[in-house]
Amino acid sequence: MTDAIIVENLQKRFGSVVALDGVSFSVPTGTVLGLLGPNGAGKTTAVRVLTTILRPDSGRAEVLGLDVTQHAQAVRERIGLAGQYAAVDENLTGHENLRMIGRLSHLSKSVVQQRSGELLERFSLADAADRPVRTYSGGMRRRLDLAAALVHRPPVLFLDEPTTGLDPSGRQDLWGVIEDLVREGTTLLLTTQYLEEADRLADNIVVIDHGSVIAEGTASELKATLGATIIEVGFDDPAVAKRAQTELARIGLCDIGSASTMVEMKVDDGAKVVLDVVRALDHAHLEPSTLNVREPTLDDVFLSLTGHKAEEPVAEAEPAEAGRKRTRGAA
Amino acid sequence: MTAIALPATTIEREKHSAFSWAVQDAMTVTWRNLVAMKRTPQVLVFSTIQPIIFVLMFRYVFGGAIRIPGVDHYVDYLMPGVFAQTVVFGSIQTGVALAEDLQKGLIERFQSLPMSRSAVLAGRTLADLVRNVFVVGLMVGVGFIVGWRIHTSVFGLIAGIAMMLLFSHALSWVFALVGLSAANAEAAQAASFPILAPLVFASTAFVSAASMPGPLRWFANHQPVSIVIDAVRALTYGGQFASTGKVLAAIAWSVAIIVIVAPLAVRMYRRKV
Repeated sequence: MTDAIIVENLQKRFGSVVALDGVSFSVPTGTVLGLLGPNGAGKTTAVRVLTTILRPDSGRAEVLGLDVTQHAQAVRERIGLAGQYAAVDENLTGHENLRMIGRLSHLSKSVVQQRSGELLERFSLADAADRPVRTYSGGMRRRLDLAAALVHRPPVLFLDEPTTGLDPSGRQDLWGVIEDLVREGTTLLLTTQYLEEADRLADNIVVIDHGSVIAEGTASELKATLGATIIEVGFDDPAVAKRAQTELARIGLCDIGSASTMVEMKVDDGAKVVLDVVRALDHAHLEPSTLNVREPTLDDVFLSLTGHKAEEPVAEAEPAEAGRKRTRGAA
Repeated sequence: MTAIALPATTIEREKHSAFSWAVQDAMTVTWRNLVAMKRTPQVLVFSTIQPIIFVLMFRYVFGGAIRIPGVDHYVDYLMPGVFAQTVVFGSIQTGVALAEDLQKGLIERFQSLPMSRSAVLAGRTLADLVRNVFVVGLMVGVGFIVGWRIHTSVFGLIAGIAMMLLFSHALSWVFALVGLSAANAEAAQAASFPILAPLVFASTAFVSAASMPGPLRWFANHQPVSIVIDAVRALTYGGQFASTGKVLAAIAWSVAIIVIVAPLAVRMYRRKV
């Protein structure tokens, strides 16, 4: 299978801030790539380059074999973009929004009419089709935004943090819709700060931080880099936790977790180590308050790769994103 | 939600020349802006209440104390000034609306579409021209009600209105540039007023420049808003204000602003995210 999206050594700076520092990745046709990273990591900049909105300083970006700077117009005809903010006109109705986007995508009136009817039906917006969007809920706006990105049946779709700011049920709904699209063969590049989202939707994950790719692979490959099992032993008293860490260090690598009363061990043979842990604690007369054995999550991966959690914004955000974010008051 | 089989790559597209698409895209954006205006009538109401208050204030409160040499009825002098004030302050809306589109991410979406690169700005300024036709029409009506009379001919009135609209279109492009440069709608509004207030008030809109001190008088007589107002007076009053030179100068200013600023604004739009 060929690659629908190819990015090679992409560089982009805004003044002194380096937004993309040599990013490379590719997305095979018909698959979903999750571009994962904290705020300001360069995710949105990468999407803006790929959707022809921004010119890269150097490097190459291709969509369906078309260079995004040299064949911008042809690329625009083949992509759909739903950005971080539901970019729909509040004063128009749902139907009018789709009609506008359809006409601006140069579809004939009859095709636009038919497509917007289909999409409103499909995204459960048919009842609200003739109401101004300002009366819509956040979830409805996002669905309309996604519908707008699909009016011209783009084979390649870019979703930039599609569920940021949605409540859990709105998020579940949107995930269902996205999964349907992928099943029908759409190639999807999805940026997200939510590891759960990447875990559920993405075939492959590229983790970027400070404008560079710091890891890539499937969700399970990334998790496997941390060992198969995580054992967490909780104590009531940080001092006891500290002593337990010293004891348990003889068994394997262990850390005090982000809560200072938690000792964490990342191990390959979980069942055997749990027994050793219990024996060691018993021998040292240390009584844990909790004992938890679990699979690593992408959150653990992210924390170990970047030293901070995915949803914590890093100090220096890229200027365009940061400036917009303040004024729009988005999450 | 029902699934629809998607032959993902094929959809029927209309084939037209680039120019024909530029026109159609601009019309689509104009349509969108006009629908939005219709659905937010409060914006239009507020932008017309202020000039109506000015008409009433200058006609009935200050008007009695203002003497323009050679003019019997002050209202005949006043109305061209009010038209200018209305379209000049109204043009701030062009910038505010664009800044809002930018802030809401709509411009970003437009930039990812295969639409013409000039359509967003052309559609914005055209919709604002339609709004100005309505607003100037309304102010003409208000003028007639408070006793404004045309001293030339009906053609003078039509030419005067056309002059006002041409100038308002030029200003729309200027404020398109302001709107694209502003961080948000509030900033666009805040940046516009200090530029416009001196142009409107240090002008011949409400009083003759003759009573102003030297440098201010020179500015008031030569700045574009005054020239346009004087041109509209030439067209609607004639007599001592008749001046082909002012009319030509006003047209020249308007056309020059459009020719210089419109390409700058489109260039800025292309680069803007």
